[in-house]
Amino acid sequence: MSFIMELVISALLILGGIFVLVGSIGLLRLQDLYVRLHAPTKATTLGLGGVLIGSMLYVFASQGTISINELLITLFLVITAPVTAHILAKVAMHHRVKLLERTKNQALIERARMQQAPNASAEDIKD
Amino acid sequence: MSTLSSRLFPMPFHSALLLVVWLMLNNTLSLGHIILGCVLGFLIPLLCEPLRVKQATIKKPLKAVSYVFVVLKDIIVANIEVALLVVGPMHKIQPGFIAVPLDLTGTLPITVLASTVTMTPGTVSADISTDQKWLYIHVLNMPKDEQEVIDLIKQRYEARVKEIFGC
Repeated sequence: MSFIMELVISALLILGGIFVLVGSIGLLRLQDLYVRLHAPTKATTLGLGGVLIGSMLYVFASQGTISINELLITLFLVITAPVTAHILAKVAMHHRVKLLERTKNQALIERARMQQAPNASAEDIKD
Repeated sequence: MSTLSSRLFPMPFHSALLLVVWLMLNNTLSLGHIILGCVLGFLIPLLCEPLRVKQATIKKPLKAVSYVFVVLKDIIVANIEVALLVVGPMHKIQPGFIAVPLDLTGTLPITVLASTVTMTPGTVSADISTDQKWLYIHVLNMPKDEQEVIDLIKQRYEARVKEIFGC
């Protein structure tokens, strides 16, 4: 394996690692569930993407074959991450999870909980 | 003839997809796996056909490919934006909820849009109204003008999804 290849692979691994780390720091630092959702759904996709591309390059450079499994992992990740986030947000709204006081448009949560249009009349919101 | 082949292969696209994914999973092009993949691609659609809900089909595959690249680019931008916000001061973050009116119809196009919204800068889709006309999203850092976010989603993503599915 050439030096440049090793350099590129290392750079991808480190970059990916940094993004995953930032996602985890986000989980720790952000203050309510909704805001926390943003960190893992986004930061980890790019982080894992970097690691997986690094892995593909490594297999290609060391064995000369192209490994496709990594592409599949990326694909499944991109399909499943938004669904998980959506369901988590939905459940959070149903449990009326506490949120940051400065959150704008908090009234919308009641509408979203009942899956109504935002301009639905007040009587409709009974459960 | 056409009825027979459509009965044997009720979902030709899915059959091909199953074969390709099977080969990718096993990372091989050997004859045995190709045969096994063909059998799976033949049997699974036959079993699943009765369970299927009719979905919108992709009308413009080329647009779909360019859409994937637009979203990929936005995912990278989103990552960097969120990373900067996360390591920055917490009191600067101004979260909020927004209801986006939808022009799309059909569950598949709306699912694609909602997933895209989640993967792209600063927004997570949270719920959909039962009449499928409103998408509720949570915004990580709300700009002064909420309409900005709505316009961005409608012009950048919804218009493209609409074109792809032709609905």
